[in-house]
Amino acid sequence: MMSSARWRSTLEAICIPLGALLVSLILFGLFCGAAKANPFAVYASIHKAAFGSWFAFQNTLIRAAPLMLTSLCTALPARLGLVIIGNEGALVVGGIGAVAIGLALGTSAPSLIVQIAMAIAALVCGGLWIGAVGALRHYRGVNETISSLLLNYIAIALLNHLVTGPMKDPASLNKPSTFPLADINMLDKLPGTRIHYGLIYGLIACVIAYILIQRTTFGFAARTSGGNIRAARIAGLPVGKLTMAISFLAGSCAGLAGMVEIAAVQGRANASLNANYGYSGILVAFISRHNPLAATLVAVLLGGILASGSILQRVHNLPDATVYVFQGIVFLVVMFSESLYGRFAIFKEPERPATPPVSPSSAAAVV
Amino acid sequence: MATEAIGWWGVPLAIAAGTMRGGTPFLFVSLGECLTEKSGKINLGLEGTLLTGAMSAYAISYLTKSPWIGVLVAGIAGMTLGLIHAWLCQQPRVNDVAVGIAMIIFGSGIAFFLGKPFIQPSAPQLPTIDLGYWSTIAPLKEALRISPLFVLGVALAPLMAWFFRSTRWGLFIRAVGDSPDAARAMGVSINRVRMLSIVAGSFLAGIGGASLSLYYPGVWSEGISSGQGLMAVALVIFARWNPVQCLYASLFFGGAQSLGPALQSIGVTQGYYLFNAAPYILTLAIMVITCSPKRTLSGVPGALGTNS
Repeated sequence: MMSSARWRSTLEAICIPLGALLVSLILFGLFCGAAKANPFAVYASIHKAAFGSWFAFQNTLIRAAPLMLTSLCTALPARLGLVIIGNEGALVVGGIGAVAIGLALGTSAPSLIVQIAMAIAALVCGGLWIGAVGALRHYRGVNETISSLLLNYIAIALLNHLVTGPMKDPASLNKPSTFPLADINMLDKLPGTRIHYGLIYGLIACVIAYILIQRTTFGFAARTSGGNIRAARIAGLPVGKLTMAISFLAGSCAGLAGMVEIAAVQGRANASLNANYGYSGILVAFISRHNPLAATLVAVLLGGILASGSILQRVHNLPDATVYVFQGIVFLVVMFSESLYGRFAIFKEPERPATPPVSPSSAAAVV
Repeated sequence: MATEAIGWWGVPLAIAAGTMRGGTPFLFVSLGECLTEKSGKINLGLEGTLLTGAMSAYAISYLTKSPWIGVLVAGIAGMTLGLIHAWLCQQPRVNDVAVGIAMIIFGSGIAFFLGKPFIQPSAPQLPTIDLGYWSTIAPLKEALRISPLFVLGVALAPLMAWFFRSTRWGLFIRAVGDSPDAARAMGVSINRVRMLSIVAGSFLAGIGGASLSLYYPGVWSEGISSGQGLMAVALVIFARWNPVQCLYASLFFGGAQSLGPALQSIGVTQGYYLFNAAPYILTLAIMVITCSPKRTLSGVPGALGTNS
């Protein structure tokens, strides 16, 4: 049985994000109105395209899978007070690693072995990519936000270099790509659906991340360091190792998203790999307040919005960037809602005020 | 560019031209970021501001046939985004870096949304100052065709250094950025100074965007800024929060950026994309070399990155 104060703070943690979502829906509605589209019709289309039918919902889930994984790339380091936004780069590098192993093994091994090898390659490549960010942060004091961002552009350049040069399939004329993976090495679909196993990967990764952060000593040490790094150092916690371990895990999640995109959707590496799942993943992490379990739900919601991008274009004649405007509005309102915690008397215990939840994003980013 | 005619000499020439052209947006955006960071806040959202500036400058230039009105509107559009950022990042428990990320998505979303109809038509470009009129070599003439915005930016850098050093408002900004408590004791409104610094910085970044779409490369497309607004943050660190060094750093980055295209123009296409990544790799390398976990950087505003 939860205490009354606990109930109230839980209620606050549910009501404020929901309120923020509602406000952003209103703001986006006004924006659509200004762009001469009927907001109600737009929302009806989004709902129809995202959740309206089983067919549509499968599309949503297919898009939610990489979002779950990329959101962890921001959510895990946030527990340490790090703002890492290198999700896109880690995804791309993970995809490159996966496709390289997948092509190298080809059909020489059973497909299950090849898939596992691809997943491991993606985990390691993505992990090292963001792990380097953590190492630079610890050993050189390099701001992790900036370095991870720069690595995004470097990763995309690397992908473009590889698919137009060393790894190019000469048959891919219009869109430079690597050779395609063998069909048997592609990830299977869940029985009776078009949803691939990437969704399972995403769900498992989120559950593991949740347990790791909330239920293990490792997670406790990480949260302590995130709360007060000086106290953690004094307590003898290995802050540097924690930073690098968490960064590695974060990057490997995003890298796995790259493997999922390659091995379940694209079948080969090309510019399509860089489809902004990384940037949307940052948004998922922030809306879910860096809680991996909440991230699964938010990923499905955002996956639905992404899935509805093309229908907005076709039915309402809105540019495809409308989805970004929507995301931007949601992001800004959610940011603002962070400042509302503890401001409403209704969520406070009448006698003694409940402790306001610690906001992970309020951790200082020191340049 | 007809650099083939003069062979390998085309490479340094193209890099010199690229330094001035590609350096212009870097210059404005880094001066804007410098002004913002001096007041103690980081604006990561200048990437979105740059895109919005580029889009609005191009659109207004196309609609009014006057590129200078476009430049002005770009600045005003930047200010609008700056207002949102300034208001949001001064709320309690709201982190300025996180708001910046949100502003990147929002700003670029707005720019792509409103800019969709302007990808095809061509807008009147800013007039250029031809310093190479005496030459008969076409690439040299081309390289010496510089933008008035570049000249403006070059003049602005020492002006801003003087502003920080010798004016009352410059002192206020430095005080707010270095020690908010001392500023409060002086009777300065921290919120107002930061608000004005962020808005003015965003104005400059908007103009930087205008230099992209109205000068070089001189078109509006969705990939036009490719992270230049973000590199501004690294540039300001590199320049040690000194406006004059921002000028040198911007020129350096402009040059690095033109390396890939310059080599491609003489037929070196191997590793084109890797050369394109040069500015990012360079930024990262500079940060690794100049940062240190032991001491804070010289010149860093004391309150930067803290939530005070």
